[in-house]
Amino acid sequence: MADDKDVLRDVWFGRIPACFTLSPEETTEREAEPYYLLLPRVSYLTLVTDKVKKHFLRVMKAEDVEEMWLEYEGTPLKWHYPIGVLFDLHASNTALPWNVTVHFKNFPEDDLLHCASNSVIEAHFMSCIKEADALKHKGQVINDMQKKDHKQLWMGLQNDKFDQFWAMNRKLMEYPTEEGGFRYIPFRIYQTMSDRPFIQKLFRPVSPEGHTLTLGDLLKELFPAAICAEGGWHQR
Amino acid sequence: MPSSLLWAVDVYGRVYSLSTSGQQWEHCRDAHLEFKRVAAVQQCCWSIACDHNIYLYVHASEVPIRYQEETYENQRWNPVDGFSDRLLPSDRWQWSDVTGLKHQPLVDFQLPSENWEWEADWYVDENFGGEPTEKGGWTYAIDFPATYTKDKKWNSCVRRRRWIRYRRYKAQDTWVKIPSEQTESLPDPFNDITCGGWEITEEPRGCLALWAVSLQGKVWVRCGINHHNPEGSVWEEVPVPGEVVQISCGPGDLVWAVLWEGHLLVREGIGRDCLKGSSWVTVESPSPGVGVVHVAVGVNVVWAVTKDHKVWFRRGVNSHNPCGSGWIGMVGEMVMINVGLNDQVWAIGFEDRAVYFRQGVTASELSGKAWKVVSVPRDSERSHSSASASSLQSAGCFFGGEVRLQSQASVLSDADPETERAGGEVVPTPEIGDAPKPRIPKVTSDSFISELVSDREGQISRRDVPPAGPSIPEEDHPEKELEDRASPAQVLSPSQSGGVDPQWSNVDLEEAQTHLTSGPGGDAAETSSLSSVATYNLALEEPYGPDEHPKWAWVTGGGCLVECHTQLNWFNTSISTALNSSMQAMSLSITPAQTAAWRKQIFEQLSERSKREMENFMHFEQAIEQSVWVKKGTMQWWRDWKPHKWVDVQFALEQFSGAEGNKDGILFIYYTFNDEKKYLHVFINEVTILVPVLNDSKHTFAIYTAERTKQRWPMRLAAATELEMHDWLALLSVSCCDSRGIQGPPSKQAIWSVTCKGDIFVSEPTKELEASPYPTPCDQMFWRQVGGHLRIIESNSLGVVWGIGYDHTAWVHTGGYGGFFQGLASSTDNIYTQTDVKCVYIYENQRWNPVTGYTNRGLPTDRYMWSDASGLKECTKNNTKPPSPNWTWVSDWTIDYAVPGGTDREGWQYAADFPASYHGNKTLKDFVRRRRWARKCKLTTTGPWQEVPPIPLSDITILPCGPKSTVEQVSLWAISNKGDILCRLGVTSLTPGGSSWLHVGTDQPFKSISIGAVHQVWAIAKDGSAFYRGSVSAQNPAGDCWYHIPSPTGQKLKQVSVGRTSVYTVDENGNLWYRHGVTPSYPQGSSWEHISNNVRKVSVGPLDQVWVIADKVQGSHSLSCGTVCRRLGVLPMEPKGHSWDYGIGGGWDHITVRGNAMEAPRILMPSLTDTQTATRPLQTNNQPEMNGNPVGC
Repeated sequence: MADDKDVLRDVWFGRIPACFTLSPEETTEREAEPYYLLLPRVSYLTLVTDKVKKHFLRVMKAEDVEEMWLEYEGTPLKWHYPIGVLFDLHASNTALPWNVTVHFKNFPEDDLLHCASNSVIEAHFMSCIKEADALKHKGQVINDMQKKDHKQLWMGLQNDKFDQFWAMNRKLMEYPTEEGGFRYIPFRIYQTMSDRPFIQKLFRPVSPEGHTLTLGDLLKELFPAAICAEGGWHQR
Repeated sequence: MPSSLLWAVDVYGRVYSLSTSGQQWEHCRDAHLEFKRVAAVQQCCWSIACDHNIYLYVHASEVPIRYQEETYENQRWNPVDGFSDRLLPSDRWQWSDVTGLKHQPLVDFQLPSENWEWEADWYVDENFGGEPTEKGGWTYAIDFPATYTKDKKWNSCVRRRRWIRYRRYKAQDTWVKIPSEQTESLPDPFNDITCGGWEITEEPRGCLALWAVSLQGKVWVRCGINHHNPEGSVWEEVPVPGEVVQISCGPGDLVWAVLWEGHLLVREGIGRDCLKGSSWVTVESPSPGVGVVHVAVGVNVVWAVTKDHKVWFRRGVNSHNPCGSGWIGMVGEMVMINVGLNDQVWAIGFEDRAVYFRQGVTASELSGKAWKVVSVPRDSERSHSSASASSLQSAGCFFGGEVRLQSQASVLSDADPETERAGGEVVPTPEIGDAPKPRIPKVTSDSFISELVSDREGQISRRDVPPAGPSIPEEDHPEKELEDRASPAQVLSPSQSGGVDPQWSNVDLEEAQTHLTSGPGGDAAETSSLSSVATYNLALEEPYGPDEHPKWAWVTGGGCLVECHTQLNWFNTSISTALNSSMQAMSLSITPAQTAAWRKQIFEQLSERSKREMENFMHFEQAIEQSVWVKKGTMQWWRDWKPHKWVDVQFALEQFSGAEGNKDGILFIYYTFNDEKKYLHVFINEVTILVPVLNDSKHTFAIYTAERTKQRWPMRLAAATELEMHDWLALLSVSCCDSRGIQGPPSKQAIWSVTCKGDIFVSEPTKELEASPYPTPCDQMFWRQVGGHLRIIESNSLGVVWGIGYDHTAWVHTGGYGGFFQGLASSTDNIYTQTDVKCVYIYENQRWNPVTGYTNRGLPTDRYMWSDASGLKECTKNNTKPPSPNWTWVSDWTIDYAVPGGTDREGWQYAADFPASYHGNKTLKDFVRRRRWARKCKLTTTGPWQEVPPIPLSDITILPCGPKSTVEQVSLWAISNKGDILCRLGVTSLTPGGSSWLHVGTDQPFKSISIGAVHQVWAIAKDGSAFYRGSVSAQNPAGDCWYHIPSPTGQKLKQVSVGRTSVYTVDENGNLWYRHGVTPSYPQGSSWEHISNNVRKVSVGPLDQVWVIADKVQGSHSLSCGTVCRRLGVLPMEPKGHSWDYGIGGGWDHITVRGNAMEAPRILMPSLTDTQTATRPLQTNNQPEMNGNPVGC
C-alpha cells in the first residue's frame, strides 16, 4: 500500500473534531469558552494543542498554571499515543465532536509522561520510527538517512505536510521485491481492558509457506478476540 | 510478454506443447502419427514422424502467409492491329517474367504443394511505381527492354502490363506432410532434425535453416524456407567427414553435429549469403573415451551430453569462434538437451525422463544455476489416471497421487543423506546388478561453483533433492508404492534388470523402456507380491502406471521465449518444499483482482470514516496552520548566457497554499555571478513540462514555462545522481500537478505526445484550447509524464489509447497513470512492466587509395573512421554506449544491410566523397565507402500499458468520435511491420484491446493509415502512393476495395491523418498537403494543396483541428526541431486554417489530438487575426541550434 497515494492521503488527512473545555476544577478569572479544533489523526495531542493552551491561558492567572494535560471522561490522555489511537481507544462510540477536558493542575504523574517541549515529542516520534525500521529493515534505512532527512520526516508531521513527509517515509516503506515484504511488521495492539497497555510481538508478513499475510492473519494469531468482538486496535 | 510454446514428445511418440502461461501439457491431438523428433521455432514446428516423413506445423496467424505471383503480358504495335500479342521473332515471350527472359504463361503457375490455395483469379496491376495507370494497367516503351512510362506516346511501340495473383498457405495449426519431391535422391529416411538460423538474415526475408540427418549419417539442409515459403523448396546434401547421428542448429550461425564415434563437428562459414556454411571442424569429446551422444546449440552456447549421461557446457562459443574454447562439466544426468530462445536450456533427465529447465541462464551467466523439473500435468492425465486408478483399486491398491506424493516426500526428507551418499559412491554405475542409485540432478539453487565441485567428486550430493521426481525408487519404500513400478519391470524384461547401458544414439520408446526396466532392478522382484500379478494386464497396456509422471523422449524450446527473470508457473504444481522459492507461492496467494477489490474496500471505509468524522465539522479550525515548506538542494544549472556551461547552483522549492486552496510553489535557483549572489525563480503554476534528459554523463532535466517555450530555451538542471534527479522530478511533478489541480488518470480527451527518446507526455485540453478565434496558445499547455516507452501513440475520445514501441510491439493503455519511477503520482493496479528494444547505429568509414585500396586511413580532413551518421562524432564499437543508463546491450555489433540506398555483400555503401549520397554498388567514381553497424539495446520500465500480442505493428489509427458519440465497436486499423493492413475487431471503450485481427488484403505493403470520423480510411503504401478504402462502415469494418489516389507531383507520401472531414498528408520531403474536394459523395477528393514545409508528422482531430510536429521552429533564443504546432484559424468553412501556433519542443516525435472532441463555444467576432500569414510557411531558420533541443533527436 506504500505506493497507493489515494489511500495514504486519506489516512494522512483523517481529522477528528474535538471540543476542548476547561476543567471546572480550574480557577479562572472569567468563564472559559470551549475551543473547537480539527485534530489530525496521525499527530500527537501536545503537538497540536498550542492554540488550546493559549486560549485558556487568557482566562487564567499565571500562578494557577502548571503543565497542561488532557482528559476524556476521567481517563488522562497519553500524549505519546497518536491522536487517532486515543480517539478510537477511548471515544470511538462517542457523539462528535470529541469532548476533551483541559487541566492545568494535578498532573497525573502515574499515568502520563511529561512533555516539556516539542523536542520531547520529536524524540519520541523518531524513536518509534527507528524501532519500526529496526523491525522492517534491521534499521538500515533509517540509519542511512541523513540528519536533514530525519528532520524532514519530523517537520512533515509537525507541519502536516503530506508530500514532505512521504518524500522521506517512502524510503522507509520500500522493500526488495524478491523479499516480498518487511522482515517483521512493526505493530502495536493497544488495549484498554488490560494491565498491559499494548501487545507487541515479532510478526513476519510472509508465512513459512510463502503466503503474504494480512492484518487479519496477524490479529487471528495474536489477538483473536479482535476478530469477533470489536476491540480497540490500531496498526501503525 | 505473449505466451509461447515448449514442445515435447513422450516415450510413446505423442506430441505435447506447454505454454509459458499455461500449467499443463496440451496433447497435440491433430497428430495422428507418433513422432520421433520435433524441432520448434516461434512460427512453426518441424518433426519426424514414425513413418519417417517430415511434418510441419505452422501456427495460425491473423496475418496470412501469402505470396504474390506475377507475370508480364507483352504487346507490340503494328499498323494493322494496333497493339497486339503478335511480337517480333526477336522479341521476348508474349508472357514473361519482368526481365523478359523467362516464358511465363498464366497456366504455368502451379501451387507448390497441396497446402496452398489461390486467393482469387489473376488480375491486372494498375499501380505503376506508386502512380495509378490508365485502365488496363498498360505501360509503354519504345522497345523491349526499355524504360516504361504510364503514358502512351507517339513513339510507344511496345507495351506491357503486370498480372498478379495471390496464393495463400492454408495448412495452419495442423501437421502437414512435407512432400518429398526427390525421394530418389534421399535413399534413407531422416533420423534427426533441427531448425534455426533466423537471426542470420534480417526480418523481411525471415529465412530459416532446417538441417536433417539421415539414418545413414548423411546431413541434408532444406533450402528456401522463408516467411513466404514455410515449407521450403529442396533438400541439399552437405558432405560430412563421417557418420552424423545428431545435429543442432542455433538461432544464429552455430551448427554442431555429433559423429557416430562421439566426436563433434562444427560448421564454419555460415553467413547471410551462405546459410549452408562451407566447412566442418572437428571438436573432441569432452571426456576421453566417452563419446558425445547429443549436442544442442544456441546463440552463444553449446551444451553436450556424453554417453555416460553427463552434461557439458562449452565455454567461449560465439559467432566469431564457433568452436569455443573448453568444456565445463555440469551437474545432472540427462539423455538429451535442447537450447531455446535467449539461450535457455531444456533437458530430459536420464533417471526420471522428466523435462528439466535450466534455471538462472542469463546473458552474463550462460551456464545457468540449477536444473528444475517441469512438473505440470498433461491435459489427458485426469481422465486417464482416474480410469486407471479405479482399475488399480479393484486390484487391491488404493493409493492416489496425493497420498503417494506426500508419503514419498516424508520418506525423502527422512532419508539419511549420509547413507544415501555412501550408497551412491559404492554403486556408481548400474552394472553391479544392484538397484541403481537414483541420480537426480540437483534442482535447488546451487551455484556454478558448487556444481563444478560436485561434478569433480564424481557424484551428486542428494542432500537437498526435493521430492520432485516421484519415480525415485527408494529401498525403504512402502511395498505397495513400488509394486506398480516393479511389476512391469519384472514382467517385461527381468533379464535386463541392471547392467544394460542404454542406447545412446537415439532416444525413443524402446530405449526408455530399457532404461526403466533397468531401473528398480532385482530387489523390486522381491517386493513385488501378488498384487503385481494383479496389475500385469494393466502394466502391459500402460507400462508406467497411472501414478507415474510422464516419461519424455524429446523436448524442443526453439519456440519458447523465456526472459531471464520471468517467473514460470511450471514448477508450482510440485510439492512445495521449504527450499522452493517462497515468491511463487506468494505471487499466487493474492491475485491482482483481490488486491483491487481490497483496495476499493479500504478506500471506501476510509471515505466513510472521513465523512462520518469530518463532514459536519469542516468549519472547525485546523489544528496545524499551513505554512511554507522549503526543500533545498544543490544542482548544476546550464547557464542561460554565453559561454554556456554547467554551473553549481543552490536549488530550492518553496511550497505554500495557493489562493483557491490549491498548493502552489516557487522554484528558486541561487547562483553566483561575478562574486555577486543572484537568483532566478519560476512559479510552479507556470511550469508547463518537466522533461527528464538522461544521458551517460549527466542526470539532467529540463523545465519549460510558456515563456521558455517561446524562447526555445528551457531551464536545464543536472542532479548529482539519478536517484536525486528522480526525487526532485517526483516532487516537482507532484507539485506542478497539485498547483493545477490535476490528478488521477488522463481523461478521454487527453492529448498524447511522445518525444524522440520514447518518453510519453499527456496534456488535458481545456474547452478554450480549440476556441476560435482566440484559442489558448499551445505553449501554455501543461504536460505530465506517463510511464512507458513508445514510438507512436494514438487515441480517440472514447478513451481507447494504443501505442507502438520501437520494437514494433503493440501496447494498449490500461487506463492507469504514473509508473516510470518511484515517487511519481501513480495508479497501483494497472501499471505493468514494459520493455522496448531499439538499435544503436554507428558507421565504419573508409577511403580508397591507389596502393592499398579501401583502408581505414582517411584524409586528415575526413571524418572519423568510426562515426555517427553525420560523421561529426567519433563512435567506435567500444566507446559507444547505450542511449541512457536505462538501456542495456542485448546483442553484439552486427553489420546492418537494411540501409536506405542498398549495400554490397559486405554491407558497404559507396560514394564519391563524404558526405554524399551513398549507393550499394561500387563504381569508378567512388573514393569512399561506409557501412552501418547495429547493436540492439533493451529498456525495461513500467507504465500503464499492456502488450497486444502477437503481431508487430508499424502504424495504428483509431476512429475519432464526436463529443457525444456512442459508438459500440470502435474501428481500429493498423499496419503490421511487414506492411499488411489489419483491422482490429472487438474494440470498445470497455475492451480497448479488442479481440482479434482481421487481415485486409492489399497488393503492396503499407506504412501509414488513418481513419476519419465517418469511417473514411486512407492509407499510404511503402512506395509513397495514397489509397482510399471504399465502403468502410460500422457494419462493414473492413470495407471492400482500394482506390489509388495520385500523390502530389513528384512527391512520395509518408503519413496520412484524417479528421472529421479533412485529409492531410506529409511527404518524405516534409511537406504538408491538404486534400481538396473531399465531399460525402466523392470522399476521394480531387487534388492536393500545399500547406507548409518542415512538417514531420500530422494529426487531425475529430474537430478537424490540425496539429503537427514541425522541424526548425525558431524561438527568440534558439531553434528547435520536433516541435508541437497547431494550425490556427481552422473553421468548418476554412479547414486549412491560416497560420501556426507553436507549442512544446524540440525533440518531439509524435502527437495525437484525436481524443480531443471538446467543442469550444464559438465566439462570432470579426476576424482580427493577422492577415499577413495567409499561407505563411513555418518559420524556418538554418542557424545551428544551441539549446532548443535538449531532448535531442
